[in-house]
Amino acid sequence: MKKNSRWASLYMALVLLLLYLPILVVVLFSFNANPGRTANFQFEGFSLQWYEDLFDPAAGYGAALSSSLVLAFWSVLLSAVIGTLGAIGLTRRRARKGLLARAGASALSAGEHLAMLPIMIPEIILAIALMALFSAIRLPFGMVTLVLSHVAFCVPYIYITVKGRLATLDPALEEAARDLGASPAKVLWTVTLPLAVPAIVSGCLLAFAMSMDDFVISFFVNGPQTTTLPLKVYSSVKVGVPPHVNALCSVMLAAAFLLVALGQLVSSGSLRRRRRAPVSG
Amino acid sequence: MRRPREGSGRRRELMALPMSLYAALFVGVSLLYVIGLSLFTRGDGFAAQPPLTMGNYGRIASPLYLRSLLQSLRLAFWTALLCLGIGYPFAYFMAKSRPRARTWMMMLLIVPFWTNALIRIYGWKILLSASGPVNAALQFLGLVQRPLKLLYTDGAVLVGMVYAMIPFMVLPVYSNVERMDWSMVEASRDLGASPLSAFLTVTVPMTLPGILAGLVLTFIPSIGLFFLSDLLGGSNTMLWGNMVHNELLKSRDLPFAAALSVVLLALTGLVILLYRRAGGKTENMVF
Amino acid sequence: MAERPVLLSLRGLHKSFDTQEALNGLDLDVYQGEFLTLLGPSGCGKTTTLRIIAGLEQPTSGRVLLDGQDITALAPEKRAVNTVFQNYALFPHMNVARNVAYGLRMRGAPKSEISARVDEMLELVQLTGYEKRMPGQLSGGQRQRVAIARSLILSPRLLLLDEPLGALDLQLRRQMQQELKRMQQKLGITFIYITHDQEEAMSMSDRIALMRLGRFVQIDAPRDLYERPQTAFAASFIGETNLISGRAEAVKEGEVLLQVAGFSLPCVSRDWIVPGEALLLCVRAERLHLSHEPVPAPCRVAGEIVESHYAGGERTTVVRLPDGQVLRARHTTEGESEPLPGSRVYCWWHPDSGVLVRDDREETP
Repeated sequence: MKKNSRWASLYMALVLLLLYLPILVVVLFSFNANPGRTANFQFEGFSLQWYEDLFDPAAGYGAALSSSLVLAFWSVLLSAVIGTLGAIGLTRRRARKGLLARAGASALSAGEHLAMLPIMIPEIILAIALMALFSAIRLPFGMVTLVLSHVAFCVPYIYITVKGRLATLDPALEEAARDLGASPAKVLWTVTLPLAVPAIVSGCLLAFAMSMDDFVISFFVNGPQTTTLPLKVYSSVKVGVPPHVNALCSVMLAAAFLLVALGQLVSSGSLRRRRRAPVSG
Repeated sequence: MRRPREGSGRRRELMALPMSLYAALFVGVSLLYVIGLSLFTRGDGFAAQPPLTMGNYGRIASPLYLRSLLQSLRLAFWTALLCLGIGYPFAYFMAKSRPRARTWMMMLLIVPFWTNALIRIYGWKILLSASGPVNAALQFLGLVQRPLKLLYTDGAVLVGMVYAMIPFMVLPVYSNVERMDWSMVEASRDLGASPLSAFLTVTVPMTLPGILAGLVLTFIPSIGLFFLSDLLGGSNTMLWGNMVHNELLKSRDLPFAAALSVVLLALTGLVILLYRRAGGKTENMVF
Repeated sequence: MAERPVLLSLRGLHKSFDTQEALNGLDLDVYQGEFLTLLGPSGCGKTTTLRIIAGLEQPTSGRVLLDGQDITALAPEKRAVNTVFQNYALFPHMNVARNVAYGLRMRGAPKSEISARVDEMLELVQLTGYEKRMPGQLSGGQRQRVAIARSLILSPRLLLLDEPLGALDLQLRRQMQQELKRMQQKLGITFIYITHDQEEAMSMSDRIALMRLGRFVQIDAPRDLYERPQTAFAASFIGETNLISGRAEAVKEGEVLLQVAGFSLPCVSRDWIVPGEALLLCVRAERLHLSHEPVPAPCRVAGEIVESHYAGGERTTVVRLPDGQVLRARHTTEGESEPLPGSRVYCWWHPDSGVLVRDDREETP
């Protein structure tokens, strides 16, 4: 394999620069002393004023952040259970004989496809569908509707990562456990689940990011008391150009770097473990 | 020669029941409900009522909506194409870099997408504004006398779209290129192919699954992202997502918004169908 | 062997996957303490047979009896049978000690017993001191030992081994063969062993069950299988064999005259032979002798040397008979004069070295 040429490196640097340009601008402007609440984007001097604004409880960012975190926590927890169980249930299925068994199997396949839909269709479709459904069954909009909606699009991320991991496992591992006297339930608990943990963790991280970032679906199913961070940002940006949004962005960016570094640590750990695993045939 | 054990499989499949039931209720039923709603007439307040009608779809077949649809599709098309043009080389070079550099690249690529999408778009708003850095630079270099109108244009929406969607092209292509067997490229070189024709006849076909997944992943969401055109687009940028959004929250016409969504759903279904026809798999769409 | 009690019996075992017949009616008795090898080409049903005995697969019909009890429907975890898997199937998230202890932990044995037994097992496979290693940190041979220790800790009545040495290099393989045999004799556990390596099967087994197309072709001690193959397949699967086709002429008591390319060869008769029938005579390559002078031997044919391959201590010479049949003779190179292609040569063998076999080469499922 040939190494990349100088041009290739230059190209990558350029793309990355473009990727970071808007972010850098936001970080830079978060320290801007420009007092204007107008659309005036000129750098006038260093100030930490917007950070102070940001952490002022009256601004409501703290409340929005905690809403987002509560929402993400419950959504990820529920989808981790549902998605992992689904992946275990639907990995390495076998052709069924008999009408009833085959009907059941195709029902499960249909369920699998349905469960994957939320990440394949534009968010706005699911958003309006869920909104209509919740108002039809008269479920008050709030944290419950938010969690129910977020679980719908978090499950596929966890399901697909876990299923991918399980599919690469040597089927003989579970057979060996049975052979050594473990009941099917014990096999799950002592072999399958522990081996799926790295995938469950990375699926959860992905789902967490998606939940924290989601705007479109939350926009339609949230309640008056449950403004999440993205909703708060949208309303701030929509009305004017409040400079403390810049400060918020910088804080979120720092948090993101931290989380990704953490994620890298976890996944490289799992990678090391995986490399140690015997090659399955 | 290894075959899965039968017997125990049946009870195990039942573990997928919660997922299937959840999806059936919150995805299946809710989508069916929307399709049903689209056939009703607008009711008082935020409701739908009989009689059943195809009128909502009739309304969609008007120049206003057709133009919006066309505009959305054109934008989605260019977004997907530009993402491919910019993202493919990036993914390709990334897969060919040293492992350590690769990890760094991946991290640098993903981190911005852990911050809120709205904030990133907001960054573009600053950059492109009349008094913003881009115009300042252009003026400083003497390329323009007066600030250009960059913000609130279709071009700004396209830039924002490509920016928001590019990882969804890079990631599937990257994971495809990374797993590629490079000896095949060497074999084609050995058989007399030039670097370019080796790329076109071996690398591209072998990374086609990634390209297809990337195209679908960038095309479909582009039709529905209403907040992007909200923030960066001008008053005449009315994408399909904006239409749905407006009908729902401004006109509060639930059946009509439902009909608009059904059209979008049908479009999506068509794209996914084409993707499947071309041999695409769902698994390629998540990494 | 016959006086030993029967441990495992297979009765009329059939297995079909979708429309394909994998097993086609297997009957087998395995004796206590026996080392039985299932030998056969890939796809012959060895692994399926083993998996049915382990309970990992259900037969379409037929029964599996262990100690006279029907265990056909018994779940794998409830059988006193353990398996060493082809790729070892060590749990990658557990260290060596926990892998070995797994069976006892599942049985709910007390901690003290578990650790004592683990020590004992690791000593048996000479891996004391490796308790804390993860499977990924072990060499192929070491993993192999852990897999064996793990499956022996429950003291099974019967140990199933699915090509346990398949992934090891030749030298390690030879060493492990001896060790396995030693362990088996020391513990007195019955082994059912799968291999496609005929030499391995020959040197380790008490009996070999030769399989083909989901059936047993012949179940015999290694020596009998080699010296007295029943069919052309059995003859040609093991060792280098000449199958000389001819026609049975005079069938006397105990003797048949076989007509081959104008030569009349006396052969030991078998009870199924009918005069006038087309037959195959199996003569091992190393039992076929060459001579430039007409040797006074009853089993002798003459032909022309086609080619000759030198391979160090041995040489293989190819001879064409007047009717076009080709024979291969393997002989030592010590003090030889190099055979010249085109020259006339006599091939001869001891009448006891020729075995008449049924022609089953064309059989398909």
